[in-house]
Amino acid sequence: MDTGLFLEKLILVVILFAISLGVAMYSTYLERKVAAWFQDRVGPDRAGPWGLLQPLADGGKMFFKEDFTPVNADKWLFIIAPGIAMFVALITSAVIPWGPNIFLFGRDIQLQVAHVDIGILFIMGFVSIGVYGIMIGGWASNNKFSLFGAIRASSQMISYELAMGIAVITIVLLTGSLDLGEIVKAQHGINWFVFKQPVAFIIFFVCALAECNRAPFDLAECESELIGGYHTEYGSMKLGFFLFAEYTNMFISSAVIAVLFFGGYNFPGMDAFTGNWLALMCVGVFFAKIVFFIFVFMWIRWTIPRFRFDQLMHLGWKRMIPIALINLLITAVVIAFMEGWFN
Amino acid sequence: MSIEIIAYILGGLTIGSALMVILSTHPMRSILYLVVTFFMISANYVLMNAQFLAIVNIIVYAGAIMVLFLFVLMMLNLSKDAEPKTSIPMIAAAVIAGGSLLVVFVAALRDSGGKQLVAPGVSADTVNNIGLVKNLGHELFTTYLLPFEITSVLFMSAIVGAVLLAKREKQIID
Repeated sequence: MDTGLFLEKLILVVILFAISLGVAMYSTYLERKVAAWFQDRVGPDRAGPWGLLQPLADGGKMFFKEDFTPVNADKWLFIIAPGIAMFVALITSAVIPWGPNIFLFGRDIQLQVAHVDIGILFIMGFVSIGVYGIMIGGWASNNKFSLFGAIRASSQMISYELAMGIAVITIVLLTGSLDLGEIVKAQHGINWFVFKQPVAFIIFFVCALAECNRAPFDLAECESELIGGYHTEYGSMKLGFFLFAEYTNMFISSAVIAVLFFGGYNFPGMDAFTGNWLALMCVGVFFAKIVFFIFVFMWIRWTIPRFRFDQLMHLGWKRMIPIALINLLITAVVIAFMEGWFN
Repeated sequence: MSIEIIAYILGGLTIGSALMVILSTHPMRSILYLVVTFFMISANYVLMNAQFLAIVNIIVYAGAIMVLFLFVLMMLNLSKDAEPKTSIPMIAAAVIAGGSLLVVFVAALRDSGGKQLVAPGVSADTVNNIGLVKNLGHELFTTYLLPFEITSVLFMSAIVGAVLLAKREKQIID
């Protein structure tokens, strides 16, 4: 095994891990500030300048709370569920291309941990695994509200995965590759897929909201009727893991949206730069896009009220899937026409 | 050398988790062990450089079918008295059925041990890379086009059948 390759991947993994957790941490701060801004309040401003130390204070509070397990809970599964949620949220960052290659110490370093030719399928696969954390947590708590939350979450995720997958297939048709690196390279400069596939973008975005259990699709936790849903019985850092996983999911889905529809690390006028400066600027641009999408997620949460459950299913099965299918069909016909199949 | 050790460890884990599916007493745990088994099988596929097959296995089995299993199981009342009683004739029937399946497997696999099942005229490089999505797709849409299309017709009829079954009862929620 090539030691240099091993080292560079290891360092990349550690950096990505730190960044994912850091972004998730400051997303909680951003969420409070955005909520405060939308509701004409001040928001957290006591801990540190502008309340910047608030996430640390929250984390400390979570750690020192009593770690409580209900008597009738299935202990093993109760403990393992937040772990699964966190693991699934973190692992998808491995296949995302964070920037073009960087030259350091005479090595050509790829800013992608695992360069697999099925990148987008890997993400779809782990999105569908993500529901296990919530289901197991809700079931193991042995509480009817938790179970309701778990059942709602699983049916919602199964329903919205389909439309999400179809929207992804239209992008795969455009590039002819499942490799996320290839998909990003196909969107060089300002040649972003959102201009070619606006319908697929809207479908993917709505489904991403639903998959992350974010408002208006947060029926799984729905505090007004389910008092927290699947994490009703959780406390201390186990609850922290569930909440943290949600913010990590938001970070990753923002990254995937940026990769699939907004050109990943590409930006107009990038041909004027070369080498490491280009790579650094690309990474910066990519993170700017991600932060923007995280903001849009929050914007939607504090603007739109929650759906009713039958409305949610209606939207998923009777609106999103047919529109996605028609979009896919039109895309396929147009591509076949451009390739000259009808001549 | 090291890849062989990994293969042995992985094989052991696969069989171990598969055994736990039938040995664990609680249906919920059985299903979760089955999910672990699917992951292990996917890992075996990756070891054979069949990444596409590995991830499709996870998406279809672990991601969709097992979630439905869990979903149904959560709705059931899992108390001890609801379990069906097992009688001695049932156990005997199960042993005979399982034993004959074992005999069939042993008979089928005995002669193929160690031999590589490669058609003449195919290079080792092609065999090693056949699992990559590009080669697999190419083969499916050229050499094996007819079976592939017939399979998709089968899936289509299954989908139509499922929709029909779901439609039969009048919906309460509009």
